[in-house]
Amino acid sequence: MAHYGEKKVAVTGVGMSDISRNATKTPMALTIDACMQAIEDAGLKRSDIDGLSSYPGADNNASGFSPIGAPQLQDALRLKVNWFSGGGEVPGQLGAVFNAIGAIAAGYCRHVLVFRTVYEASARKMSKQANALFDGGRAHGQLMNFAPYWAMTASVQQALYFQRFAHDYGLKPETTGRIAINNRRNASLNPAAIYRKPITLDDYFASEIIATPLRLFDCDVPCDGSVAVVLSHIDAARDCRNPILRVEAVGSAQKVRYSWDQISGEALARQATISSSAMMWERTDLKPSDVDIAQLYDGFTYHTAAWLSSAGFCKPGEENDFVGDGSRIALEGDLPINTGGGQLSLGRMHAYGQLHEAATQLWRRGGDRQVQKDLTVSINTTAGGPLSGCMMLVRE
Amino acid sequence: MEPTAPPRPLPALNDDNQAFWTGGSEGKLMIDRCGDCRAYVHPPTPFCPACESRNVAAEAVSGRGRITTFTINHKQWMPGLPVPYVLALVEIDEDPTVRIPTNIVGIAPEKVAIDMPVEVLFEQVEEVFVPLFRPVEG
Repeated sequence: MAHYGEKKVAVTGVGMSDISRNATKTPMALTIDACMQAIEDAGLKRSDIDGLSSYPGADNNASGFSPIGAPQLQDALRLKVNWFSGGGEVPGQLGAVFNAIGAIAAGYCRHVLVFRTVYEASARKMSKQANALFDGGRAHGQLMNFAPYWAMTASVQQALYFQRFAHDYGLKPETTGRIAINNRRNASLNPAAIYRKPITLDDYFASEIIATPLRLFDCDVPCDGSVAVVLSHIDAARDCRNPILRVEAVGSAQKVRYSWDQISGEALARQATISSSAMMWERTDLKPSDVDIAQLYDGFTYHTAAWLSSAGFCKPGEENDFVGDGSRIALEGDLPINTGGGQLSLGRMHAYGQLHEAATQLWRRGGDRQVQKDLTVSINTTAGGPLSGCMMLVRE
Repeated sequence: MEPTAPPRPLPALNDDNQAFWTGGSEGKLMIDRCGDCRAYVHPPTPFCPACESRNVAAEAVSGRGRITTFTINHKQWMPGLPVPYVLALVEIDEDPTVRIPTNIVGIAPEKVAIDMPVEVLFEQVEEVFVPLFRPVEG
């Protein structure tokens, strides 16, 4: 196992701007806040950063989905890099991290700055129709087959798969409700989160139906903010400020059809999570029972439920029993999940908020939400249609 | 005055997908099919992933299928959008791996179910004949 390149890479610093529904700063200012914080956290200087990676690349429109790309940041910070990359054609939202790992393992770079910036909350105030999927003109690309059918948001489109997952595996609304409650409770202990008022199962069932079976409290929160992470070669990481968080394994495989409508077989309900999970477990001797905390993607609650079984914490169909009354996935439980509030309550940082949170917990900086048991192993996952990826960090 | 329903957003047509999006002008649901091994290929692509043939062309299918999955959307995403409406994936009878995103019409949304048999109808918007599905009669 030791020859796998990701094991030569560590997370050495993290940074997060204010996360909000109404930013007082521009997207660039938020990005600079997160990036400079991450560089400082690692004990590095700007001049130490020799690589830059971002997801999903600047989209150069008013959607707020990705207002800042790697080239803009390279110029703003006057970084001198050996390699850089930004783009959305990657295995899930953490693809920019996987790319950075590859660049470090290949020897292009020693310290790669990875960032994700969103401005969706403010963008929607400027245009109620602002969204990443359709811009009002003729639709091109893979989503064109959905264009005429009023499937203009991820929630309507993903509700199709939520419905099929509930149909195939008997997922109960009480279970997705418990996931929403869990994340909100964790957010109530996280000063950085957007929504911090605890919710009950009654609140969950009373929340507006968006697209069956999806309720408002199943959906994550569009927000403004930026998260940055410094990844370093393990040798260089030993000179950094923080304890080593080594990348133990990456799952980036895509073995089902990359399609938002033709994805088939088991993936119809589980989407692309199965093949990425299988790859991650093939690249480590660790087992699901070794995982101390899990940041499971929660663009929608059902993504988290699907990942419970896709990652091997339970068998498909056992998600209801696994979550139960929520105590197992709580901060005090066997497998604390989305300890910072997740995207449901912290804000939709597309997996980067949860990567920040994994490091925060493993470095025991979680404050009121710090998991009290010993923490060594965490996993992070992503989801959403054919988007899927996962990774495991181990504190040395 | 009632707000007018906004026009359906449309796909950009090209030589690959033209037959699929305009077959409704003759009342036909056109799906790409390999001329050699007879596999269906969707979305329209000039390559057969089963036998690697380039001899792929659109053919009319029965227009019948089943609902693979669906959602009843309640949120009015833009002014005038008539809600609730049903977004679904329909698998065609000829090959259940061929899935067509669509709206289910001609039935109360709460009566829609997975595996329900449906048949195609078309709604013309500009030069595009948008395939919609309704329950099979009887």
